[in-house]
Amino acid sequence: MPWLSYQKALNRALADELARDPAVFVLGEDVRVAVSNVTAGLFKRFGPDRVLDAPLSEQAFTSFATGAALTGRRPVVEFQIPSLLYLVFEQIANQAHKFSLMTGGQARVPVTYLVPGSGSRTGWAGQHSDHPYALFAHAGVKTVVPATPEDAYGLLTTAIRDDDPVVVFAPAAALGVRVDIDYDELGPVPLGVGRVHREGGDVTVVAIGHLVHDALAVAEELSGDVSVEVFDPRTAYPFDWDGLAASVARTGRLVVFDDSNRMCGIAAEVIATAAERLDLLAPPARVTRPDGAVVPFALGLDHAVQPDRGRLTTAIQKVLKY
Amino acid sequence: MVRAPDTDVGLYRTVRLIRRFEERAVELVRSGDIVGGIHPYTGQEAVAAGVCAALRDDDMITSTHRGHGHVLAKGADPARTLAELTGRATGLNRGRGGSMHAADFRLGILGANAIVGANGAITAGAAWVARQEGGDQVAVSFFGDGAVNQGVLLEAMNLAALWRLPVLFVCENNGYATTLTVADAVAGTITGRGAAFGIPAVTVDGMDPRTVLGAAREAVDRARAGGGPSLIECLTYRFDAHHTWEHRAGVRYRDDDEVRSGRERDPVVIQGTRLTDGERERVDAEIESTMDSAVAFALDSPHPDPAGALDYLYATGMRARPGGGW
Ligand SMILES: Cc1ncc(C[n+]2csc(CCOP(=O)(O)OP(=O)(O)O)c2C)c(N)n1
Ligand SMILES: [Mg+2]
Repeated sequence: MPWLSYQKALNRALADELARDPAVFVLGEDVRVAVSNVTAGLFKRFGPDRVLDAPLSEQAFTSFATGAALTGRRPVVEFQIPSLLYLVFEQIANQAHKFSLMTGGQARVPVTYLVPGSGSRTGWAGQHSDHPYALFAHAGVKTVVPATPEDAYGLLTTAIRDDDPVVVFAPAAALGVRVDIDYDELGPVPLGVGRVHREGGDVTVVAIGHLVHDALAVAEELSGDVSVEVFDPRTAYPFDWDGLAASVARTGRLVVFDDSNRMCGIAAEVIATAAERLDLLAPPARVTRPDGAVVPFALGLDHAVQPDRGRLTTAIQKVLKY
Repeated sequence: MVRAPDTDVGLYRTVRLIRRFEERAVELVRSGDIVGGIHPYTGQEAVAAGVCAALRDDDMITSTHRGHGHVLAKGADPARTLAELTGRATGLNRGRGGSMHAADFRLGILGANAIVGANGAITAGAAWVARQEGGDQVAVSFFGDGAVNQGVLLEAMNLAALWRLPVLFVCENNGYATTLTVADAVAGTITGRGAAFGIPAVTVDGMDPRTVLGAAREAVDRARAGGGPSLIECLTYRFDAHHTWEHRAGVRYRDDDEVRSGRERDPVVIQGTRLTDGERERVDAEIESTMDSAVAFALDSPHPDPAGALDYLYATGMRARPGGGW
């Protein structure tokens, strides 16, 4: 079977949707020559009316996409840096997201915002290393963080077909992941449906994005002593609460592994909801970035603020002590 | 109502409708039927009337916090617009948008927008789609003098000029952004912003509907023919408060002489003198009865059911978790 990389999966999803639906177009910076690689070959195949290079005017081209969506298109807007989403928070959270309700259901804004390379990129320092998916989940914008190539394909496809704005975070640390897969098996993945990557009986680790792979490695390492279930929500918002409940019903214990800042991150919400709704045998734990993290440049400092396997191992062991 | 908005009678009908709509709306603010207040458009009617008279039904507009005039001039039903302002289920937006977000997509009204300068880029996207589909519709972005210092609007002008989009940027220069004068806020000129992007830009008397119509026609013709965007700066004057909140707050930033002389040139009077007395009286009576029934319709309409407060949050019908309890 052929290998499919995460990056190629995004590229394939874009190409397939561009081919399937004439309403889809791609807009962003340097997308014609595909600096991020995600749009490779698309300009040549689909031409300048479907693959648009925009000037460095993120706020204008993000709302341009809103205007195009209001009049029938399905734009995909690519952002070169995750923190550019701060620049366009108004255009996404306060404009695109609010049109449906504010117009009493007259309008829909089916725009996909794609960040190919979110989170730490190793050595890119403070203004290139954020992973602000919790911010959009908090605002109520549909937010997906695929961990694997097949989910990257499936969730990007669904995001494009969805009638609401959706932000797709492709973690930099997951872009190199490859799977051996029959391309015919690729298909849309519904929003809000998680995935159990590994079944276990002692503790549920909720892992998001690239951290799924670290969680699986830790689960394997600990497998002699502990049976770890790895639950990947795949969408940060809407969150698969039923999937979480089912997993915790099997294990009774919960650790959340989340590349958000600690304060009001996804882990905070998962644990709050678990405390309200679920029966836990032990207090839950979370492994996140620190409060208000600014990722420092030097490699050792950068790593020091990332949630990592060591801290996850410690958290699992602590939760199992009860 | 026969739609011939670009005739003298038509222009008068529109400015008169907007004037009476705003006056009745202010009364409804005072009576508590409109909560939150409004930004009255009184004094600026010639801009909406003149620009929209140059448009076809399938053209599009986006509007501002001071948007009732634009929406009415583009053909929105006064009764449903007033029902929106009074937060009724029968409103244009089913009571979900209110004064600052009135929209009617079937009429090409892609929404009033409460964030100053935010609508220009949205307008550009809509204009691009029209072009892509081979149509010759144009899209108008109305904004105030305050918006010309917003980066996103200037970015939108750049995009529109770069891609030769059929956009009309219509700046209503009423001299103030809330209390801040143009002199205290705008370096250079407003038309200079257009010129910087190679966008043809003119300044016109925004108190005369005919003058505005003439400038809008020229810009619309150019846009339809593929000539790209234009900027029209309409010099106008806001007769009433920035917001009805000001009626009670009593902030002072315009002296009485200025307000008196600003109100001397009244677009409704200017256009009214172009009609015979008989014509004018007929239109006035027609508008009074339109507004009487609009007020009655709004106040007789049901309030939306609070159980549906988050209806339409997602176009897909996805439901959000409630704020409390399981
Ligand atoms: C970006 C932004 N900043 C501030 C405000 C608050 N605000 C609402 S209207 C207004 C003044 C706008 O002036 P102008 O654009 O000239 O329009 P006018 O009110 O004169 O019609 C301000 C500051 C806002 N709505 N949006
Ligand atoms: Mg102003």
